[in-house]
Amino acid sequence: MFSYYLRLAWISILRHWGLSLLMICAIGLGIGAAMTTITVNYLMSANPIPEKSAQLYYVQLDSWDVNDPFDDGLNPPDQLTYTDSTNLMLAKQAFRQNVQTQAFGVIEPEDPEMLPLIVNGRANSADFFPMFNVPFIYGSGWSNKSDESKEFVVVLSKATNDKLFGGADSVGKSIKLEGNMLRVVGVIDNWQPKPRFYDITTGAFNDSEDVFVPFHLIADEKISRSGNTNCWKPSGDGFQAFLASECIWTQFWVELKTEQDKADYQQFLNAYVQEQKQFGRFQRPLDNRLSHVMQWLESQEVVADDAQMMMAMSLMFLLVCLLNTVGLLLAKFLGKAPEIGLRQALGASKRTLFSQYIIESACIGILGGLLGLTLAFIGLKSVESLYGDYMKGLASLDTNMAISAVVLALVSTILAGLYPTWRACNIQPAQQLKSQ
Amino acid sequence: MLETGLILRALARNKIGALLIALQIALTMTIMVNAIFMIQDRQQQMQRKSGLDEKNSFYLTNTVFGQDYNIQAHLQTDLHTIRNTPGVVDAIQINAIPLSSSGWSMALQHEPGEDKDAVGTAIYMVDDHAINSMGLTLVAGANFQPEDVELRKEGQSTWPAKTIITQAFAENLYPDNWQSAVGKTVYISQTQPIQIIGIVAALQAPWNGWNGVERSMLVPFQRESKGSYYFIRTEAGRRDELMPIIEKTLAESDKKRIIRRVTTIEDTRERSYRQHNATNKILTTVVITLTLITGFGIVGLAIFSINRRTKQIGTRRALGATKGQIMRYFMMENFIISTFGIIIGCFGAVALNMWLVNTFNLSPISFQLVAFGVITLFIVGQLAVLYPARKAAMIAPATATRTI
Repeated sequence: MFSYYLRLAWISILRHWGLSLLMICAIGLGIGAAMTTITVNYLMSANPIPEKSAQLYYVQLDSWDVNDPFDDGLNPPDQLTYTDSTNLMLAKQAFRQNVQTQAFGVIEPEDPEMLPLIVNGRANSADFFPMFNVPFIYGSGWSNKSDESKEFVVVLSKATNDKLFGGADSVGKSIKLEGNMLRVVGVIDNWQPKPRFYDITTGAFNDSEDVFVPFHLIADEKISRSGNTNCWKPSGDGFQAFLASECIWTQFWVELKTEQDKADYQQFLNAYVQEQKQFGRFQRPLDNRLSHVMQWLESQEVVADDAQMMMAMSLMFLLVCLLNTVGLLLAKFLGKAPEIGLRQALGASKRTLFSQYIIESACIGILGGLLGLTLAFIGLKSVESLYGDYMKGLASLDTNMAISAVVLALVSTILAGLYPTWRACNIQPAQQLKSQ
Repeated sequence: MLETGLILRALARNKIGALLIALQIALTMTIMVNAIFMIQDRQQQMQRKSGLDEKNSFYLTNTVFGQDYNIQAHLQTDLHTIRNTPGVVDAIQINAIPLSSSGWSMALQHEPGEDKDAVGTAIYMVDDHAINSMGLTLVAGANFQPEDVELRKEGQSTWPAKTIITQAFAENLYPDNWQSAVGKTVYISQTQPIQIIGIVAALQAPWNGWNGVERSMLVPFQRESKGSYYFIRTEAGRRDELMPIIEKTLAESDKKRIIRRVTTIEDTRERSYRQHNATNKILTTVVITLTLITGFGIVGLAIFSINRRTKQIGTRRALGATKGQIMRYFMMENFIISTFGIIIGCFGAVALNMWLVNTFNLSPISFQLVAFGVITLFIVGQLAVLYPARKAAMIAPATATRTI
């Protein structure tokens, strides 16, 4: 019976090809637009480190101006002062802890023929690598011991290693960064978390860094830092004064295994701030926060307003397309009243009629879904080319999304077909036959 | 009109069909009005003037990596070289580029002290060639003198004695009379006095999304820094020709530094507003497609309802109705449905706008825009129904006598 209905549906679609085309296009456009924006939102709000996102916590302390609170007092500052992160680092109260900032510098290759390279860097602690599950091709990150003895080491990205060493195992070799000789201890495999959760203050969707160096190189002025600096209190002259100032420019992450560990750490933070209050710092009420990865991404509103607005718009757009389809299906099915009357008179039950017309709606739905999928693909390509770097890697359709597109189209068209089908099944055969 | 009652009675028999079109029109109106509003909002932002001579300016970055490098001496040589290149109007070293999205900000306050109100501003560290290099217009006061320019060490916390601010900033500081700002002393970094010596018509901050984007100040500083920008203005039409020349000259004059990112201000503007542009293009596509879908939906439904009513139409014609009357019937029918949909649409548009205002800090829509939506949708509805209505009018009276 199913294949027979399928054939009937096909004949009916072809007979009213104009109307059918209109419905397929409407569903296709609606699904295409909806899937494009849903995909962008889905990728923007993706969990970049699902295996341990609930164990990694971003630390915030409210060290800001008592007269003019940060973010109008709604949220504590988004970074820490150097003083606080070094103190927390030394306290070692978490399973793992990492202090970091963005850095930049110039690498002078040994080969005089090669041009110097400007690189984006990250200055971080040894725990950065195991904490964020950074994958290595060669070697590994440096050790906590190496941080303590202030060794000059570096971890390269795959791309940087390709440029400097032609992709060979460079562990043990040295590079010259800002005039410092740094020993390569590891080379990272392709690693591009989206969003780049470990530092969203410098752009949640930026590329990961070219080189990773120990944080002490910043404090010892071996390498220049970049990234955001935010100050509320004037500081004195020179770099040492800057380090001691109330300016925030470091980010601090901890890894805590259990809820108990988290509660303990929270207590430790509160005790730390209480202690600092004695030195006249932290005059604002106690507001120390530990946010796990997804909480942190959400509180920093990583999903762009534009993307959310577009999604709302496109869902309404889909609704318009579906209303359109309901209207057209209704018109189409009611137009078949004489035929339906005849079939009923010849003994077709409501149930058979119902399945026949639902199958017809479903066929239109699938065709619309396939068109929608194609349009979503084109839509994402154009989103990517229109937005450029900003959307790089955020506009690709994976299998999950492709299947959801077709399912969404199918389900919504069947829903749209329900009322028209119901109306069609309730046509009085007698009346239809009489009028003929 | 007599027909209205007739149409309403006919519509009452096919409530759902009419309701579907009305709802579709309502939603289309809701989306259309808000989308156009967002497009206009972005367009206005993009049309704001940066204050620069955008067509004839470009910048580049100078990154020093050599050790024991005399930054100060090289800066003077570089500026001398660039300024004396034929075709160059003027050039400066600067710490940030307008619209580039990265820069420095500080706050100025009327009285010294930690707990006083301060107004945020972008800071541009430049020398006395800034106004000429950037193509700014001095509207009050005076420019810096060469002797005002100080050398700023890395990490220095003190500020020069003089500043030039934008008119928008002056209006913010002295709302009653912005020109009175000239000569006034304000405080930077909470306690350090700084005197306003001049006002320029406009100069935007580096951040186009900041609500204080028109507030900027120039301070006479040359920076002793390993990374800086050179901002260069050329004679009209000579920018593209000079860009590679200057890049090459600088790069070859000294191998202990890297010259990168030679970028025009026009490109910077394009990049700065790329998201705005992209969003606008997408929204425009959405509005057009949506209107088309609704229009074609109306056409499809009208054709169907006319096909179903062929006999009735034939009967009416046979009873003496003119072609014009038949057409008017369908046009009127569409008008009534549209009116209903548009009324709901007005509420929908305002409701969606309120949600956008609350969630994304947008401003409220204007009455004109809603009126525009109303008129457009009436026109779309009437145009869409025109072809089916003409088809209906063509139905021969003889049809009434035939069976299907």
